[in-house]
Amino acid sequence: MVKMNSLEALVAQIQGLSGNSSDIHQLHGHLKQSDQFLYSESTRLAPVLTQLDPAKHSLGYLYLLEAVTSAPFSKERANELVVVVARFINACTAKQIRLAPDKFISVCRRFKDQVMLLEAPMRAVAPLLTAIQKLQPSTEHLTTLHPDFLLVCLSTKCYKTGLHLLEDNISEVDQPRDFFLYCYYGGMICIGQKHFGKALELLHNVVTAPMSTLSAIAVEAYKKYILVSLIHLGQFTTSFPKYTSSAAQRSLKNYCQPYLELANSYSTGKISELQTFVQMNRDKFVVDTNLGLVKQVVSSVYKRNIQRLTQTYLTLSLQDIANTVQLSSPKEAEMHVLQMIQDGEIYAAINQKDGMVRFLEDPEQYKTCEMIEHVDSSIQRMMALSKKLTAMDEKMSCDPSYVSKAGRERQRFDFDDFDGVPQRFNL
Amino acid sequence: MEADDEYTGQMIDEIYANGGDPPSRPVISGEQLDVEAYAALYSGRTKIVRLLFIAERCGGGAMELEALRMAYDEIKKGENTQLFREVVQRIDGCLGPEYGPDPAWAEAVDRRAEQRKDKLENELNAYRTNLIKESIRMGYNDFGDFYYAHGLLGDAFKNYVRTRDYCTTGKHITHMCLNAILVSIEMGQFTHVSSYVSKAEQNSQNSDSLDTITAAKLRCAAGIAYLEAKKYKLAARKFLETNPELGNNYSENKVIDNINFRNFLELVPEVRELIHDFYSSLKANLLLDIHLHDHVETLYEQIRSKALIQYTHPFLSVDLHMMANAFKTTVAGLEKELEALITDNQVQARIDSHNKILYARHADQRNATFQRVLQTGNEFDRDVRAMLLRANLIKHDYNQKSLRKV
Repeated sequence: MVKMNSLEALVAQIQGLSGNSSDIHQLHGHLKQSDQFLYSESTRLAPVLTQLDPAKHSLGYLYLLEAVTSAPFSKERANELVVVVARFINACTAKQIRLAPDKFISVCRRFKDQVMLLEAPMRAVAPLLTAIQKLQPSTEHLTTLHPDFLLVCLSTKCYKTGLHLLEDNISEVDQPRDFFLYCYYGGMICIGQKHFGKALELLHNVVTAPMSTLSAIAVEAYKKYILVSLIHLGQFTTSFPKYTSSAAQRSLKNYCQPYLELANSYSTGKISELQTFVQMNRDKFVVDTNLGLVKQVVSSVYKRNIQRLTQTYLTLSLQDIANTVQLSSPKEAEMHVLQMIQDGEIYAAINQKDGMVRFLEDPEQYKTCEMIEHVDSSIQRMMALSKKLTAMDEKMSCDPSYVSKAGRERQRFDFDDFDGVPQRFNL
Repeated sequence: MEADDEYTGQMIDEIYANGGDPPSRPVISGEQLDVEAYAALYSGRTKIVRLLFIAERCGGGAMELEALRMAYDEIKKGENTQLFREVVQRIDGCLGPEYGPDPAWAEAVDRRAEQRKDKLENELNAYRTNLIKESIRMGYNDFGDFYYAHGLLGDAFKNYVRTRDYCTTGKHITHMCLNAILVSIEMGQFTHVSSYVSKAEQNSQNSDSLDTITAAKLRCAAGIAYLEAKKYKLAARKFLETNPELGNNYSENKVIDNINFRNFLELVPEVRELIHDFYSSLKANLLLDIHLHDHVETLYEQIRSKALIQYTHPFLSVDLHMMANAFKTTVAGLEKELEALITDNQVQARIDSHNKILYARHADQRNATFQRVLQTGNEFDRDVRAMLLRANLIKHDYNQKSLRKV
């Protein structure tokens, strides 16, 4: 069936049939049939690639490329492959590659592996981002490449790029595993950028996602969730929301004992106790690579206490602040207050002559144009979200399995009552 | 006896068992309480128990002996030999030979008691065979009274409750309830008190209405029950309801309590008078009252907070020095108290620690509303998106088992 020169025939086909969508379909069929053949010829394929244009012949190119990369490669080859793949990703046509998403994903994955092998993960950041953008049907879709991309960002500390991707709100998920990893890595990136609110949201999604058995990702996410909750909200509720899976509710806490105790110690408000606790359990935190976060938790205690003071006092001496918040000297208190003012966490003015701090009100008057725009866009966003929710509800009401279940479980009404669904509704 | 009925005391053991953590209370020493005058307000068992309580609490000295002496006299008038023995132990010969153990008297009383008990039993059995309801009821009642007089409260209670089956009129039920309440208060079982009070009140609605004294007694009992349950506001209300019916049977103490409770409830404008009250002997008296002693501290704290709040309420700014003077505390201490109140959101103000002034602060409603709106919007956004995500996940019906460890 397959002859030696069929490779050339294939190339010709690719070049010929990459015109319109019906041709592409045909091509796709051919390519699928030739899959095995391509794998067997993988070593010979590299020079063939030069005959094809990655932009016009994306689908064909993809198949060939995938076969090429499927072969084990050495470090020397990796370099040139990386260049080739990167170029392909940048140039390819989204429509064509979406026809063979699995192949595309595996190409990208191997690309990432090669880049890691070369110890230059930075080279993968931009191409992967492009890859994601071309692969996803819409910005709301989660692809398998998302977590890989975020991992690369984490390794290279390119948090801002990662953050940029996280701004898209995901609502369609194909693979739950991707989702967990995505949320977990996303949470870590947000923590790196000190966007604790978003981190909390992402980690919360992992912890409360439906799962039949507990996964390690959920456990790690829960640990970070506790810490971020303490930093961002100043408190941590140990009760799970109703929609958390029973698997999580039962066993999550067992794996996170030191963190729960940390939360307890935090809630007492005694800094010295907290610090002793951290010292004692230092190793456990280091093993989980959470020590940095734990340190942030401890410093957040001071912040909380100072914030509480703003509610009670108009002016307060630095000495008093130091005493109340259990800092060692007014100088330290001044440093803390200064830092908080700079971070925008409190509004205050320090009078160094008297050693007094004057707490001011939040100057936001909600009267500016920007604020009005902000409110307006929020309203629009809410309305869109509501519509989506209603649409989903409607769709589900028409779903046959739902209707049959509803029919079965309904109470028996009187004969005279108007019945929307017949009592015995079997599909 | 009237006063005996509605205002019973407690056995010594129960005093300690009741109300939580007794012996750690501060002991008042050398107080200017006029024991005689105080004791004259009561009679019967109440008197004995209150005197013993005072003796316990005042930590030695003339007053203790005085109280014990009066208790001794009072007990001798009754028949409670057990209490007698305890008092004698406490006196420990300090009051001279006249107040010694007197075994003769004790024996005589015990013998009389035995005889009476036998007699009562026989009578009761006779009634029971005759199946005359009224007599049976009277029989159990007598038994109850007997046990009560001898300090065997548990048995007294049981017998009183047994009369319930034989009550025929509303008056009987009321009588039974009153007796049960008496003994329950004394035993410190305040749940019983509440239930019997409500029973009596229900009964009064069904049949003839209670006379005012009985009604007042019931409300008083209910108030005491609430007090023990630390529901101060409810207790205060109950006591206030009895207020109009205050007869000379009621202790002056109760009146004073009422004033305090009323202040607490009705925000008396005369703050200075209230503060003055603190520094009279009021507190000492209250600490020696058997029912209040546990709660005095809490109540005083609450009254003080109320006073502070009241003081600051009408002003835009208050000089902390003047306020500290009025409340007889230091500026630093006052600042701490105010800080607690502000954090609790009971005082809307801010402290200017530099100039030591308290400024009233009224939250800007408009800004607060905007803030809340935006926050609610964000929460809605977040929750709905999470919900949609979760629904999607469930929809795709995934399988977690093959998840690799990160």
